[in-house]
Amino acid sequence: MEAYLLAIGIIALIYVLLSLGLTLQYGLTGLINFGHVGFFAIGAYTSTLLVMNGAPFIVGFAAAALLAGIAAWPIGLVALRLRDDYFAIVTLGFSEVVRIVLTSERWLTQGVQGIPGIPRLFDSLKGTTGQLATFATVLVVTIAAAWMIRRIAGSPFGRIIEAIRDNEEAVQALGKDPPRFKIQVLVVGAALAGIAGAFYAHYITYIVPEQYIPLVTFYVWMAVIMGGVGRVSGAVVGSVILVAFLEGSRFIRDVIPGISAVDMASIRIGLVGLLLILFVLYRPQGLMGDYTKR
Amino acid sequence: MTLEIRDISKSFGGFKALDGMTLTIDSKGLFGIIGPNGAGKSTLFSVVSGFQHADSGEIRMDGKVIDKLSPPERARAGMVRTFQVPREFSHLTVRENLMAAAPGQAGESLVGLFFRPGQVRKEEAAIAEKVATTIEFLRLGKVADVPSGKLSGGQKKLLELGRALMVDPTLILLDEPFAGVNPVLIGEIMERIAELNTRGIGFVIIEHDLQALTRLVPRLAVMDRGRLLAEGAPAAVLEDPVVREAYLGGAS
Repeated sequence: MEAYLLAIGIIALIYVLLSLGLTLQYGLTGLINFGHVGFFAIGAYTSTLLVMNGAPFIVGFAAAALLAGIAAWPIGLVALRLRDDYFAIVTLGFSEVVRIVLTSERWLTQGVQGIPGIPRLFDSLKGTTGQLATFATVLVVTIAAAWMIRRIAGSPFGRIIEAIRDNEEAVQALGKDPPRFKIQVLVVGAALAGIAGAFYAHYITYIVPEQYIPLVTFYVWMAVIMGGVGRVSGAVVGSVILVAFLEGSRFIRDVIPGISAVDMASIRIGLVGLLLILFVLYRPQGLMGDYTKR
Repeated sequence: MTLEIRDISKSFGGFKALDGMTLTIDSKGLFGIIGPNGAGKSTLFSVVSGFQHADSGEIRMDGKVIDKLSPPERARAGMVRTFQVPREFSHLTVRENLMAAAPGQAGESLVGLFFRPGQVRKEEAAIAEKVATTIEFLRLGKVADVPSGKLSGGQKKLLELGRALMVDPTLILLDEPFAGVNPVLIGEIMERIAELNTRGIGFVIIEHDLQALTRLVPRLAVMDRGRLLAEGAPAAVLEDPVVREAYLGGAS
C-alpha cells in the first residue's frame, strides 16, 4: 500500500512539473501550447539514452532540460509570428513529429519496441526506501520549479507576459517585443517538461513512443483548467485531482464485472472527459480560482 | 523636429483608407487631426506607429525614414501611440499596467530577475514612485489597485495616456483621448497636456470633441477620404468652405 501511494505520488508530481510549465506558458502568457508532450518525450529519451550509455543521472537530467529547451527555440522563432490558434496547431504538429521520429529512428530509440531496463534513481536502496528517496527528489525539484514560477509571476517579467496575454499590440505600442518574452517562456516551460520526462523514464524504467501521444498534453491541460488557469497552486491541485482520478477509475473494473481491459481504457477517457465538462460547467475558474479572480 | 507623412496610401480590400495622405507635423508641438468618420485618421496613426504597412509612401521622423522599424522600435525611438478603443491589460491593476509600461527594466529578463535581484528591487522602487506620480496626475488614485478591466471607458482612456507617459516619449499620438471622459476632467487633462508640452513632449491628437481640441492645439489638419483637406490654425481651418462642406455635411 505504501509503495502504491508513493508510486501515485511520484506520477502526480511529474504531472505537477508538466502543469507548472503550462501554467507559465498558457496561464500567464496565453500561449496555447498543444505540444507539451513533445518536450516531455525529448526529456525522457535524452536522459534514458545518456544514462544507459554510462552518463551519471545528473548529466542525463541536465541534458533532458537543455535539449527540451533548445527544441522549443526554433518552434518559438517560427511559430510566434502566428496567431493563437495557428500556434496551437503548430505545437500539436511538433509533438507528433517528435513521436514519429522516435518511432522511426530505430537505431537510436528501438522504435515501437521501446527501451526497457532503464536505470532507476536510488536503485541500490532496499524496499520502499528507494521509492521514498525518488519521491523526495521529485518533490524538491517540483517545489523549486513552483518557487521559480511564482517568482517569475510576481516580477517585472511576469507583468509583461501577463500584459501580452491581455493585449499583445498594446505591449508593442509601449516599446516591448513580445516574441522575446514568449520565446523565454516557451524554453523554460519546455525545460520543465524535459525534466519531468527524465523523472518519468527513470521511474517507470520502460519508454516507448506510444506513451507520448497528444492525450498526455490534454491531461496536463485538464489539470491546469481544473486547478485554476494561471495559478501555481492550481497546477498542483489540478494535477493531484487528475492523477487521483486516473488511478481511481482503475478500480471501476473491480466494482462492475464484465468490463475488458480494452473497454476500460475507453471508459476511462470518457470519464475524464465528463469530469472536464463538469468542471467547465460548474467551476470554470478551477478549484483555486484563475487569474481573472484576484 | 518633424514628423513627415509623405504620400501614404493604404487600402483594405477595395476600400482606400488612405489615399495619398501628406502632412508635416512639428513633433514638439500640439497638433490636432479631425475629420468625419472613415476619413482615415486611425489608419494614419496605425501606419505612423508601424502597426499597419502602407501600400506606398513614406514616414520620416526628424528626417529619418522609419518605414522599416517595427512598432516597438518606433516606440523606443520616442513615438508612442494610444488606441481609439482602449487596450488595457485588463487583468492587471491600474498600477501594474503603468509599471509594465516603464522602459528598460532589468527584471524584464529572466537572467536579470534571478541574478541581479538587488538592481531589480531598486528599479522597482523607482518605477513605483514614478507610477504614483502618474496616478496622481491622472486622478486615478481611487482605482489604482483595481483590475483595469473594471474601469469606466473614460478611466481606461486616462490609463492609456498614463501608460504612454511612462515610456518617456518625445511624441505621443493620442487617438480620441477625451472620448467618454467626464467634461470636468477633460479640462484638467487638457491643462496637463499643455503642461507636458512645455516640458518637451509633442502631441498629435485625433479628437471628435472639436471645442476641446480647438482650445488646446494651435494647429490642426482636417482629413477626408484618406486625404488632407486643409491644415492651419483652428479658426481659419474651420471657416474654410471646403472643410465645412466635408465635415459638417454642407451645413452653413
